[in-house]
Order: sequence, then structure tokens, then C-alpha cells
Amino acid sequence: MNAILQPHQHFNKVDFKPKDYKDEKTPSFWCAGCGHYGVLTGLLRALAELGVDPNHLVSVSGIGCSSRLPYFVNSYKMHTLHGRAGPVATGVHLARPDLAVVVSGGDGDGFSIGGGHMPHLARKNINITYILMDNHVYGLTKGQCSPTSREEMKAAVTPYGGMEEPLDPILYMLTYGATFVGQAFAGNAKLGAKLIKEGMEHKGFAFINLLSQCPSFNDLDTAVSFRNSCDEVDPTHDISDRNAAMQVVNAAKQAGRIPTGLLYRSERPALHERMAELVKRVGGHKDYDLKKIIDLARP
Amino acid sequence: MQGITKNDLIIRIGGEGGEGVISVGDFITQACARAGLDVYTFKTFPAEIKGGYAMYQVRASTERLYNQGDTFDVLCAFNGEAYNMNRASLKPGTTIVYDSPSDFTPDIPPGVHAYPIPMTQTAKEMNNLRAKNMVAMGALSVLFNIPVEALREVIVTKFSRKGEDVVKGNLAALERGRELAAALKKTDTWTLGTPKSKNEVIVMSGNNAIGLGALIAGLDFFSAYPITPATEVAIYVAKHLPKRGGTLIQAEDEIASISQVLGASYAGKKAMTSTSGPGLALMGEMLGMAFMAELPCVVVDVQRGGPSTGLPTKHEQSDLFMAVHGGHGDAGRIVLSVESIQDCIDLTVVAFNLAEKYQCPVLLLSDGSLAFSTQNVPYPDPANYKLVERERWNGEGEYQRYKFTESGISPMADPGTPGGLHIATGLEHNESGLPSYTSTNHEAMQDKRFRKLKNVVNDVDPTEVDGDGAADLGVIAWGSTIGVVREALQRLRAEGYKVKGFYPKLLNPLPAQQFEDFGASCKRLLLPEVNFQGQLAHFVRAETSLRPQSYTICGGMPFTPEMIVNKVKEILA
Repeated sequence: MNAILQPHQHFNKVDFKPKDYKDEKTPSFWCAGCGHYGVLTGLLRALAELGVDPNHLVSVSGIGCSSRLPYFVNSYKMHTLHGRAGPVATGVHLARPDLAVVVSGGDGDGFSIGGGHMPHLARKNINITYILMDNHVYGLTKGQCSPTSREEMKAAVTPYGGMEEPLDPILYMLTYGATFVGQAFAGNAKLGAKLIKEGMEHKGFAFINLLSQCPSFNDLDTAVSFRNSCDEVDPTHDISDRNAAMQVVNAAKQAGRIPTGLLYRSERPALHERMAELVKRVGGHKDYDLKKIIDLARP
Repeated sequence: MQGITKNDLIIRIGGEGGEGVISVGDFITQACARAGLDVYTFKTFPAEIKGGYAMYQVRASTERLYNQGDTFDVLCAFNGEAYNMNRASLKPGTTIVYDSPSDFTPDIPPGVHAYPIPMTQTAKEMNNLRAKNMVAMGALSVLFNIPVEALREVIVTKFSRKGEDVVKGNLAALERGRELAAALKKTDTWTLGTPKSKNEVIVMSGNNAIGLGALIAGLDFFSAYPITPATEVAIYVAKHLPKRGGTLIQAEDEIASISQVLGASYAGKKAMTSTSGPGLALMGEMLGMAFMAELPCVVVDVQRGGPSTGLPTKHEQSDLFMAVHGGHGDAGRIVLSVESIQDCIDLTVVAFNLAEKYQCPVLLLSDGSLAFSTQNVPYPDPANYKLVERERWNGEGEYQRYKFTESGISPMADPGTPGGLHIATGLEHNESGLPSYTSTNHEAMQDKRFRKLKNVVNDVDPTEVDGDGAADLGVIAWGSTIGVVREALQRLRAEGYKVKGFYPKLLNPLPAQQFEDFGASCKRLLLPEVNFQGQLAHFVRAETSLRPQSYTICGGMPFTPEMIVNKVKEILA
């Protein structure tokens, strides 16, 4: 009675290969050489390693190139609105905390139009895994600056060059209180898979930034430049120390480098656990007699 | 006072916010309802948090009440501001009960009955300044025959949590107020009648009643974002939903609220949110997705004065255009509107049933006047409500989420259903849910989604006709204006006018045939509504052959029966 539901109950349920998690019904959508293929590869591997039952997996996205990802995953899925994948996924998860919920989306989707939702996913410790497919550009609208674009990027709406400082999703998520923060180059599907798997096992909000090249609209951040800029975090880094994680990021930025791997992880109750405790505290159950509530309105 | 009987008494209590004005109103309301009288209350309060003029009006009667009435019969003024605010309404025949001695000395207009009661002074003498309102209430109970036994019971019930001394202190102040009033000579004729019978009732505000309706409907998930005047729906649900094992979350904004609701709905749960106009405006894009992805959801809009931030605490019926058409790209929704507290319970259940059956957004329009008005309604038995669940896939054959069917309704599959994997998407899609932009598919899918809505009119009691036969004038009304029109028509009929009323509760899809049938029985039509543009009148002209005369006000207050009576007489003169 009143056991707090967790997605883990649906792990180790099937013996699937990564390709068994691939939904082949939708034709390929991304350009040749797109980093998002690497994200998908990493995700499918992670799902296979977890052995998660596809019937209890929900893949949620917003709008953008990256947000097409759920179409290629063998699961229940929602392709929602620009910037809204986070709160939609929150609704799915809180309504059915037993489901494994994975969000995927781009840097514009997550940190521009959807930027107002990110703090709340993190601080509330919503038990979902959020994969940011960060290519530093708006691709589906054919090349405009995103909030993570380099300042010098010349793009469709910034023909004379950009004028804005890019934001760092990792620093934001650390500050917002995410309890699992990791980063990888999308082309490193092995590391991507590891982070996604651990993120899905993590109880609470897991944020994974996967740097993904856009060969069509961003020639400043290529597969080669991403790969050559990434340094996996030192094994001695204390992942339970949030300040240390921030220092790692800041130091790397100053050196023009990108820190990858698991940067931060901590434990605190997830929102659905607190809600389950509340229901328990008030003696709640679905057959609770409504008349007891109606009686309170007697004059 | 023409048209008002002694059995129908309106007491307005005014004073500084925090002085106990609201408590007195609540206590009188509860006591009258407990004794078997009908009650209908009306409150105004300042948009600011501290201080300011607060007003609570209680209408009580031995007859059925449908609205807050024309004006007050009795004013109870706790301070000079309350007197000044209502000075113009002190017509000959009305009565004022006021604090004296105090910081103000009212200039009593000719023909007005006045009863000075030393409220503050007495409370001070009793070393219980906070019980000033109890002194006032005691005096009112003697002067106007408010059921005193019930008052005492209510005081005991409400204060028992605070300890015996508090109960005793308040009861003593009540008795002292009664003695003070008994010593005065009663000069007016206002007095409450004796209740016919004592029925099983509850007393609720519109906002709470919507919350209760949702619980009865089987609500599982509620996402809230604070906004006046809708917040109390969430407050009520927050208190009680956990008891039913449900989930309430306060979101970061209204966009997140409706997004969470759709996520929960996809997960197979009955989900809703409540808001007011500004919040509904933000939800527009996601409501389009709810229509496109065919996700059931209920959105309550407790309308307030607009446009923009407008008059946040005031009454208006001005979101109908947005409720029906407030979204991009040719999307549909079902729009219901409530007249009364009873409707707030019943139509909320209907809203869920329609959302589940038709897999689309259902908007329920309430308004600022109903939000805080309380009325007595018969004790609702949850077992008497028919509840509808979405049609779920039976597991046979290959699952197609958006399968073409005759009704347009395609069975849903909750996550976890083996073989039911599918995508809910805002992209145009084929029967399987996969993107499809062909013209034949888009036309077929739009037809499917709108085909569903054609049957809604057969599923609900979409309208009510008030009166029989042919009429010289028919009045069409929606929302809480209906209750005002009901009483106005009663008065007009008593004077020999041939008038009828037409009260649609389903506003989209508009039950056009019912409008036509009603229109055919009336020589002329009047459509009063509380907005500038005449929003329902616009739809009636667009979708039927009727050409009702629009009668619009937008002063932040509801119509009164007298206004409708006068307008009808003017038209028929």
C-alpha cells in the first residue's frame, strides 16, 4: 500500500538490442552528418542497457530538429509545442510516476522559448531525464542564433554577426538545483549512453547536455571542433560538490575547453515522492468518501 | 420598495477590511441556510491586500433566490467609509444600522430608518474589541429576525477550535448586541420570514463548487497558477484532492499548467486547470494542441474585467470570444458556461464527461460575481452523477491512435498498454500518428476532429427555456446574468408582460436550432451581457437568423433584476 512508484520497476524487463528500441516507421529526418544521430545512438544503447519495457517509456519533445527524436524511439511519445516539453513531461510523470520519462530538445527549445520552465524542473527535482541536444543554432528554421550560439556567429537574422553572450546550460542547471548534471559530445555515443543510463537510473531531475554539431547551419562548432575541445572530467572530481562542478566548468571555459562526463550528482526527495508522502499523511486513497468532503460545506 | 417582500431581505455589511465584515456576512449566511432559508451572497473587496473598503451582502429569503438582488434593504455600516460608499443608495424605506458613537455621524436622509448601535464602545467595555462585529450581528438578529438559534450554533461551531473562552466571548457580545437592539424602537417593516422547511443543504462559493464538481467527476490531476478571481478553485482542490489520492502542482506559469494537464491526460488521467482571462490567453497555443492531438482536458476560466490586466477583482463576461476562437489555425473546443453554484458543481462534471468522450479541450466559463458568491444548494449525492471515461482501445488488431471512425472518436491507449505505442503530436498526422501533410489527409483529419463536436448538443441539456407560448419579448442570457433575468421575468410576468427567457449553457458548438426555435416564439429579442462588444449577441447573429437587441454593460458589476425590468419595459413601451 502507498508504495512510492518509480520507473525502476520497468527496468530489466526486456532483452532488447539498441536497434530493437529504434522505431523504423518514420523516415530519417536529420541531415547527413548531423550530431543528433549520435544522440539517438546513445539513447538507444542506454535503453538497451537498462532493459526498459517500451510500454512504460514515454519520450517527450518540443519543437525543433532535435525534437523529432521521439519519432525514432520505440515507446509511447509526445511531440508537443516549442519550449513546452518540460512541463508536458512533468504532467506525464506526476500523473504516472511509474513511467520512465525522457525529454529531448534543442538549445533554443530548452533555453530560449522554454527557458522559463528549466529552473522549475530542476528545483522541484522532477524525476525525468532531460537530454539537451545542444548544437548552438536554430536548425529547423535554417540557421539563426540560439542562446548558446557563439557571439561571433553570423546567421540569418544576425548577418553582421551576433551581439550577445551565449549562456552555459550546465552552469544554469547547477544553479537551478538539478540533482544530476552531465555533458558529452554527441559523437561520443558511449559516454552519451552512459550518462543517459545513469540519468534514467537517477531519482530526480537529470540534465544531460549533448553537444551536437549542425553541419548545415553552424560551421563554428563542427564534429571535429567539439571532439577536439572536450576533456572528460578528472576522475578525482568530487561529483557531490556543486561548487567544484561549477569551478570545473569555469576553468574549462577560460581555457577554451569543454568538460564532459558526470559533473554533479546529489540525492534529495523528488517531487513525486513528497506528493506521495502528502497523500499518505492525509490518509488519501481513490475511494476516500467524497461525502466527508461535501459535509465540510454544510452550514 | 416595489417588488420586494418582507420575506426577501438584503443586508449589506460594510467596513474596513479586517474588521470582521466578512465574518458577519458569513455567519448570517450560514445561520440562514442552517435554518432553512435561501441565501445568495455577494462580496466586493479591494484589489490591494491591506485595508480598504470591504463589503459583504447577504440576501436571504423564504423563496428561491437566483441573484444578489437590486440593492440593499439594510445597511450595516462599521465605519464612515462604509456609510459614505453607500450613502447614495440609502433610499426612503431603507434602513441603516451603524456604529455610534464612532468616528462618523451619518446624516440620515429623509425616510431612512436609522439604528445607532454602540458597537465599538460595547466591545471595548467587554474588553473584547475584536467582538465588535458580534455586537453588530446581535443587533441585526433582533432587528430583522435573523434565526438566532442558528447564529449561536454557527458561532460555537466556527470558534470551538479557538477554545471555550473565545466561544463564550463571542456569544456574550452577540447577546449584548441583542439587548442593545431590543431597547430601540423598530420603525421599519423589514423582517425575515420563517423558513418553510429545513432541507439538507450545503453552502458554497462558485469557485469552491467548481472544485467540488471536479472531485465528483473523478479529477486525478490539477495544475494551478494563482490568478484573481480563480485562485480559490485551486485552493479548494489543493486541500481535498490529496485525500482522493490525486495530484496538484503549482506550475511556474499558465503555459506550464496547461502543458502539465495535457501530459497527465496523455498518461490516462482526468486533468484540469483553472485560470482567468490573462491565463487563458497564454494557454491558447496548447489548447490548439489539445484539439489536434485529441487530448481530453478541462480548463475553467473565471472571467474578470478586461482587457489586459483590466479590473482584476471585478465582474465581467468578456472572454467568450477568446474561449470560442482564442487560438491559431482553425481549432475547435467545447465551451460551457455556468449560471449558478448548482451549475458550478453539475457542469464541471459535464465538462469532464464531454472532454473524456470527445477527447478535446472543454472550457468552462464562470465569472467574478459567481466566484465569490455563496448560495445554498441541495446536498449533492456523488452517486447521482453519471461519469464518463474516455473510450480505451480493446487491444484487438493493430492499434491506430487516430483511426477514422464514423463518430470521429478514436479509442485511446494509456501508456503501459501493450501494443498501444503511439505518438500524440501537434503536427498533422495520419491515422497512426505519423506526420502527414497531404491535402486529402489534412482535410479528412480536420473533418474527423470537427465531426466529433457535432454530437455534443445531443449529450447535454444545452439550453433552458423559461416560459411558455408566444412572447412579446424573449430575453437570451448566459452565465450569471441568467439568474438576474429569471427574477426580472418573474416580476414582469406579475405585471402582465408576456416575456420568455432563453438560457444556453452550451456556447460552443452553439446550439443554433434551439436558438431558432426560441426566436420563433418571440416577437423581439433582448440579449443582456456584461461586456462592451456584445459577444454572445455577435455569435447569435453569426450562426443563426436571429437579430437580438444587444444590451451591454461593463462597469465591473453584474446586472440587477431592476435593470432588466426597466429595459424590457422601455422596449415594449
